Amino acid sequence: MKIAVCVSNVPDTATKIKIAAGGKEIDKAGVSFIVNPYDEFAIEEAVRTKEKFGGETVVISVGEDSNKEIMRKALAMGIDSGVLLKTADPLDSNAVATLLADEIKSGGYDIVFMGKQSVDYDSSVVGQLTAAKAGLNCVTVCVSLNIENGTITAEREIEGGREVIKSALPAVITAQKGLNDPRYPNLKGIMDAKRKPLAEKPVSAPAPLVEVVEMSLPAPKAAGRIVGTDASAVAELVRLLREEAKVI
Amino acid sequence: MKMPKMILAVIEQREGKIKKSALEVASTAAKLASTCGCGVAAVVPAASVEGVEEIAKCGVGKITVLADPGFVNYSTSGYAKAIVEFAKNAGADTLILSGTALGKDLAPAAAAGLDAAIVSDAIVLEDVNGELTAVRPVFAGKALQKVVAKSANKVFTLRPNVFPVVESPVAASVETVSVAGADLTTVATEIKKAGGKLDVAEANIIVSGGRGLKESGNFHMVEELAEVLGAAVGASRAVVDAGWRPHSEQVGQTGKTVTPTLYIACGISGAIQHLAGMASSKYIVAINKDKDAPIFNVADYGIVGDVFEVLPALKEELKKVI
Repeated sequence: MKIAVCVSNVPDTATKIKIAAGGKEIDKAGVSFIVNPYDEFAIEEAVRTKEKFGGETVVISVGEDSNKEIMRKALAMGIDSGVLLKTADPLDSNAVATLLADEIKSGGYDIVFMGKQSVDYDSSVVGQLTAAKAGLNCVTVCVSLNIENGTITAEREIEGGREVIKSALPAVITAQKGLNDPRYPNLKGIMDAKRKPLAEKPVSAPAPLVEVVEMSLPAPKAAGRIVGTDASAVAELVRLLREEAKVI
Repeated sequence: MKMPKMILAVIEQREGKIKKSALEVASTAAKLASTCGCGVAAVVPAASVEGVEEIAKCGVGKITVLADPGFVNYSTSGYAKAIVEFAKNAGADTLILSGTALGKDLAPAAAAGLDAAIVSDAIVLEDVNGELTAVRPVFAGKALQKVVAKSANKVFTLRPNVFPVVESPVAASVETVSVAGADLTTVATEIKKAGGKLDVAEANIIVSGGRGLKESGNFHMVEELAEVLGAAVGASRAVVDAGWRPHSEQVGQTGKTVTPTLYIACGISGAIQHLAGMASSKYIVAINKDKDAPIFNVADYGIVGDVFEVLPALKEELKKVI
């Protein structure tokens, strides 16, 4: 089976976001980047899928040289090789999906994994867009996956439960936390990763369809009120919730 | 054309019933159509559906049920193709959906079929100088992005529980159209409900617990308080990672972003990732014994005290008034 996993580079979730001069993007100074947390479940599932069915695994990422660090992490977790679709062009979801779909189509992949969303711009659309552009089926937000004779049975998280989805390969699967327990790369994996092939393909991205007019920080909340320091404060708290906030 | 020619509200039903979030979509579509002076219609992919007149009460009178027996459950391929075909025939260039589990899956699939730009999770969608402009939270709410779509066709999803349901009744004209050759390549075959529990993403009130509860066995205090309030139970990442609670309850940057009317944080210190997921709740109550906990920076009301004393007392006090 030919298996791809797509990964993106996002600011560490503990980052305090600042807006860059110009007011359209974040200030990247001092920000450390990590592999998108949901992509870790995708990487793990790609490795397990190869362990089960054989074949080869490829990690794909769109962006600049700095993405190689997170791609090496995927290689250390057991992915066989990598392709960096190298571009410094401005990217929106449509551009990323277009570039991924071109690579996936030409690579003839049976299954493509990625996180259900990147925790930077939080759009949760690249999975479906990539699948549509590459002519693949797609199941998003998967918390369980079973493949048998080219048939997919997956469970995706919905409000108040899960829905069981039937689909077929070739397909894009987007991973939700809970799909598996991602392994930590061991020392051998980290050493091996340094020798695994990581190719670069220069690409040019289509112009973004979504234009950012402005980026801003949410207005800070006015200071709240400390109602008390023990259980005796609950009567006053309930009164405030009823009479002032009017929420209960 | 910057302004929409025709807006299509995509209405979500589950088990044949219209979702409240779909009425938020209908109300928003009707309001925008009236501002922009363009047409508006609604589509409901379904096997069968009741209560479609609710959509007309929100201002969208022209309603088409896209019917197929296979649409009894959600189908990405089937719903997306039927909606794309309908939109093309009707000349709809702007689609609005709710950012529910279904809407988040369907909207990009429909956008791809219409070569449309997609803007997801809008918390504001309005006409600014003749162009539909959306504001959307990014970095789980740590920042806001104001965006416009530059393509001819546009798809927007609205964050649930943010846009109001507005009564502005119009006459309903409901048509049911059978979908020819519905594509059920990717289809839901079964729904597994998690014990009928209220989901944090849909709840008006959330009671969340964190590490301050000390151990998994103490979480019943959070559940009991939630029960009195008719609230959903939420959890911090720390307690989900520790295996006390399922991930479906996790609130924060790698969990769910929520906007309830009331959020009660019990024994949650307020790591930046957690605050990102809940800081836009309308009212926040924090109960924590550490007066310096960051959760108090976003709380409207706080009790600096021991959750083990405050939670049972709060439950009893609420029982008196609810």
